[in-house]
Amino acid sequence: MEDDAPVIYGLEFQARALTSQTAESDAIRFLVGTQSLKFDNQIHIIDFDDENNIISKSVLLHQAGEIWHISASPADKAVLSTCYNKSEASTLPFHVTRHLSRVVTCGAVWRMPPEWESGSHESPDDPHNSHNPQNLELLCHLDNSAHGNTSSVLWEPMGDGTRVISLADNHALLWDLTESSTQATISSSATLEGKGQLKFTSGKWSPHHNCTQLATANDTAIRGWDLRTMSQIYCIENAHGQLVRDLDFNPNKQYYLASCGDDCKVKFWDVRNINEPVKNLEEHSHWVWSVRYNHSHDQLVLTGSSDSRVILSNMVSISSEPFGHLVDDDDLSDGEDNHQYDKSKEPLQDSIISTYEEHEDSVYAVEWSSADPWLFASLSYDGRLVINRVPRALKYHILL
Amino acid sequence: MDGDICATATTPPDSDPARKRRVHGMLKLYYGLNEEGKTVDQAESMNPCDINGTHFDPEVYLNKFRRECSLGELMDQESCMVKQIRSLDSDMQTLVYENYNKFISATDTIRKMKNDFKKMEDEMDCLSTNMAAITEFSAHISGTLQDQHAQITKLSGVHNLLRKLQFLFELPARLNKCLELQAYSQAVSSHRRARCVLQQYSHMPSFRGIQDDCHAIMDKLAQELRQKFRDGGSSAKDLSECVELLLQLDEPAEELCDKFLIHAQSRLETNLRGLEAETDILEFIDRGCNEFVSSLCLVIASYQELFVNRPQEGNLASKNIPQMAIGKLHAFVDAMATCYFSLVERRIQEEKSVGDNSLLVRALDRFHRRLQAVAKLLPGSAVPSQGTEIVVRAARERIKQYLAALQSFYLDSLRDVRQALAAPRLATGKDAPASLPELLSSLSASILNQIKSVLASVHLFTAKDITFSNKPYFKGEFCSQGVRESLVVNFIKFVCQSSRQFCESAGDRGGSTPPALLLLLSRLCLDYETSTITYILTLTDEQFLVQHRSPVTAVAALCGEAREAAQKLLKHYVKVQGLIISQMLRKSVETRDWVNTIEPRNVRAVMKRVVEDTTSIDVQVSLLYEEGTRKAHSSDSSKRTFSVYSGSRQQTRYAPSYTPSAAMDTNFLSNIHKLFSERIDIFSPVEFNKVSVVTGIIKISLKTFLECVRLRTFGRYGLQQIQVDCNYLQMYLWRFVSDENLVHFLLDEIVGSTAHRCLDPAPMEQSVIEVICERG
Repeated sequence: MEDDAPVIYGLEFQARALTSQTAESDAIRFLVGTQSLKFDNQIHIIDFDDENNIISKSVLLHQAGEIWHISASPADKAVLSTCYNKSEASTLPFHVTRHLSRVVTCGAVWRMPPEWESGSHESPDDPHNSHNPQNLELLCHLDNSAHGNTSSVLWEPMGDGTRVISLADNHALLWDLTESSTQATISSSATLEGKGQLKFTSGKWSPHHNCTQLATANDTAIRGWDLRTMSQIYCIENAHGQLVRDLDFNPNKQYYLASCGDDCKVKFWDVRNINEPVKNLEEHSHWVWSVRYNHSHDQLVLTGSSDSRVILSNMVSISSEPFGHLVDDDDLSDGEDNHQYDKSKEPLQDSIISTYEEHEDSVYAVEWSSADPWLFASLSYDGRLVINRVPRALKYHILL
Repeated sequence: MDGDICATATTPPDSDPARKRRVHGMLKLYYGLNEEGKTVDQAESMNPCDINGTHFDPEVYLNKFRRECSLGELMDQESCMVKQIRSLDSDMQTLVYENYNKFISATDTIRKMKNDFKKMEDEMDCLSTNMAAITEFSAHISGTLQDQHAQITKLSGVHNLLRKLQFLFELPARLNKCLELQAYSQAVSSHRRARCVLQQYSHMPSFRGIQDDCHAIMDKLAQELRQKFRDGGSSAKDLSECVELLLQLDEPAEELCDKFLIHAQSRLETNLRGLEAETDILEFIDRGCNEFVSSLCLVIASYQELFVNRPQEGNLASKNIPQMAIGKLHAFVDAMATCYFSLVERRIQEEKSVGDNSLLVRALDRFHRRLQAVAKLLPGSAVPSQGTEIVVRAARERIKQYLAALQSFYLDSLRDVRQALAAPRLATGKDAPASLPELLSSLSASILNQIKSVLASVHLFTAKDITFSNKPYFKGEFCSQGVRESLVVNFIKFVCQSSRQFCESAGDRGGSTPPALLLLLSRLCLDYETSTITYILTLTDEQFLVQHRSPVTAVAALCGEAREAAQKLLKHYVKVQGLIISQMLRKSVETRDWVNTIEPRNVRAVMKRVVEDTTSIDVQVSLLYEEGTRKAHSSDSSKRTFSVYSGSRQQTRYAPSYTPSAAMDTNFLSNIHKLFSERIDIFSPVEFNKVSVVTGIIKISLKTFLECVRLRTFGRYGLQQIQVDCNYLQMYLWRFVSDENLVHFLLDEIVGSTAHRCLDPAPMEQSVIEVICERG
């Protein structure tokens, strides 16, 4: 019981950007980017010691600006990318006269300084650590002023860390990183054409089909792209009643996609049949900002919403492991025990496993750990990071 | 008189007169003088002092008197009694004299009779001698006439035989003549009379000739009869005569039955064909009854007359015709009825218009009633029960049609309401909300009326004067499962369900349902929950005397469903209206360059729109929903003082957050704020009152505002503009919500978040803000 209790960590700044360190498969580690207009922004590296239930952090300075999006390289633990705001004008605090300034969002790839790991494992309340943080080392900018504000940077899933996609306004840019990621060149790009000012709000690089597909969201539509030709494959118009906030691919079922948005709904799609969602979840009472499939057990779906709640759902019926008949039919040879056990699982329905109410402000990001499939983190605007586990009973139920 | 005696008698001189009295009394009783007899009876009981009673004991009587009465009384009693005894004595003497006289006259009569009898005896003797003489003469005469008598007897025998022979010889000619005159029955009866004789003497050539002739003629006759039978043009009576004759001619009964039935069939089929052309249901049934069913009855009756009920004679009896014939008849009737029923059923199915049920019910009633005649004629036939089944099926079908009609009526009314909601809005704008309650009442009234009229229509099925209304189906299942469940309950469920569908479909695809309709439907469902469902079901139960043998849907379950639908609709209304305002706010935040905006001089127009829209929503909701409770306002809730109050409060709350001193401060302070202000649930469920609804809409709108603000970066004047806007909202929105702190909290959050997102946070003076806001 005790070890199911959530672990809470508070940042000093407001924050929206959260990712797990994708290339790390041993330690449970999350990266959080802060948002502050007045102070130097930071990247907090949160390590979680599962056995002792202790959080330790190290802080790296991100002086370029406030972080709106963060993602980690799948190949190199030390490499990560951010999207950050940069104001392009002198903003002296006591400047009285009216001045024109511009806020632009840029993307960049960074390397963590090699020492952070050695000197990092100090308790978070050690004042020296936070007073003397190290800077991130800039590898390259993913900038092209012609393409506008970068809303997110996506790494090629399970790739070698040389290909990224950045979404900038209505462009999707595919970059090749060379010279140990210090050079970034656009290898191809796609542009969304249409009436009005179209803008990609988010996107996801599909891990299936040899990583040749991309899904993006703009306004209420979800689009699929073929990266080889940079052309649109499918378009789900009006996927949500209002703005689509986030997407995620089912890691085990190549055509399945989850989306969430301002209509408080989470929808599951089979992109081969885009007329109707396969499933609807309507549990949140405000905008759903983030949806994530568990990397190993795709029936576990995590959602975070600005109603300050995180909900863990068990979508058995559309997962790659629908208990019961599939296993029953195929693995009869496994013996009587297994068989009977599967039978007992059969009545399991799609259900809400748990609603987590530790946050007091809007939750903008949720993320599964890349090292421990039973562990996840959620981040709310007030800088509160909460680490939770999948309830044990369910874990054993899925495993056994 | 006796009573008097009883009361006044004193010492009797002797018991004799008393006994006589008693005898006298008995005589009287015997001769029926009841009144006195009764009193005697009553007095006569066991009293030994009763002078007329059987148990009279003079000793006791005397002693009693001696004890009870004074000497004077005793004296009086004695004289009275002596007087009475004397009168009784004289009575008795008179009686004796009368009897004596009668006895004397009787003696005289008997003496006279003795003389008369003696004379009569002499006359009788004379008579007997005469009779003996007559007998002797008669014997003599018959002896002389005996020879002649024998001869005459013989002659008359010969004469008879000759007559018979003549009949036989004349038979062929006679038969021929009968054939010519078509007097078939006479021919057959003549032949029958001769047949045995001819058979017996067929070894004699002359008779054989006659027999052959007869056979030939009879064959011809039978042929002719058969022809006539086959032609079928003749009337039923002719036919039956025909059949009777043929049967007498030893035709095989089975064949005749078949032929008869085939013949009948062709006629019935013509009837059926005639039916198919009929269009009106009542005429159709009428014609069916009058032509087909009555012909069928006639066929059955005459068939039974011919084959089943006729007295069996001779060798026919052994063949067991009735059983065979009945079997054939049943098969025939069943086959014909099946054709008829399929026609009727097809016709009934065509009866789709639900306007006037009485026609159909009357038609069915007639249909059913006429089949009872068949039941009477042919007991054990399956036809009437099949007919009842058809009626039952028709009733079921009818209920389904009524349900469909109700449903389409409901959808039509909804469409009308929708048009009514849309039309005036285009034209006059403000008239539309005013008519909401009227629309609601007219909608619910028209639905209720429709339900009532449908119930009345369906009720015809169970009317007393309808023959099939006392069938078990119409007494039980029709009322409970049919009318109550399939019709009424299903309709109510449909209403709830279709209402719910408005929430599901409209949400995604751009809100095609006008919000006012959602509100109206929600109120409708709520009304259903509180009263209408109970009313309708009670009405149904009363009208149909529903006996709940099978389990039926409980009122509570339906009410629950209606309430759920109402709740969902209202929630959806809040969502849709909230969305409309949210979109305005979102667009206004997203499209502006907040970093480079100019110093605020006005409240932004969009805020005025928000307040206007909220006001109109408030008006709209108040038309249908009650006010609801709100937390007590501070005593100075009026607009002016409120803004001052809230302004000062706001200042004290925000002041520290605008002057950040250290990295920790802002967050720390805002967290402290949150710690002390109670956590506000932004998305609490909506209740059925105006305040709750409007509160929900405002909460959603302000939350959207907050989230949008957090996505932007602000310059100094951007922050100030948001301050102005929020102050304006605060001035107007508090009055709509249940708890004004909620608005404060959310607006605080918005301004706080803006300050966080501001590059150059220099807040505006509260007094300036107020001036700007008041300028409008």
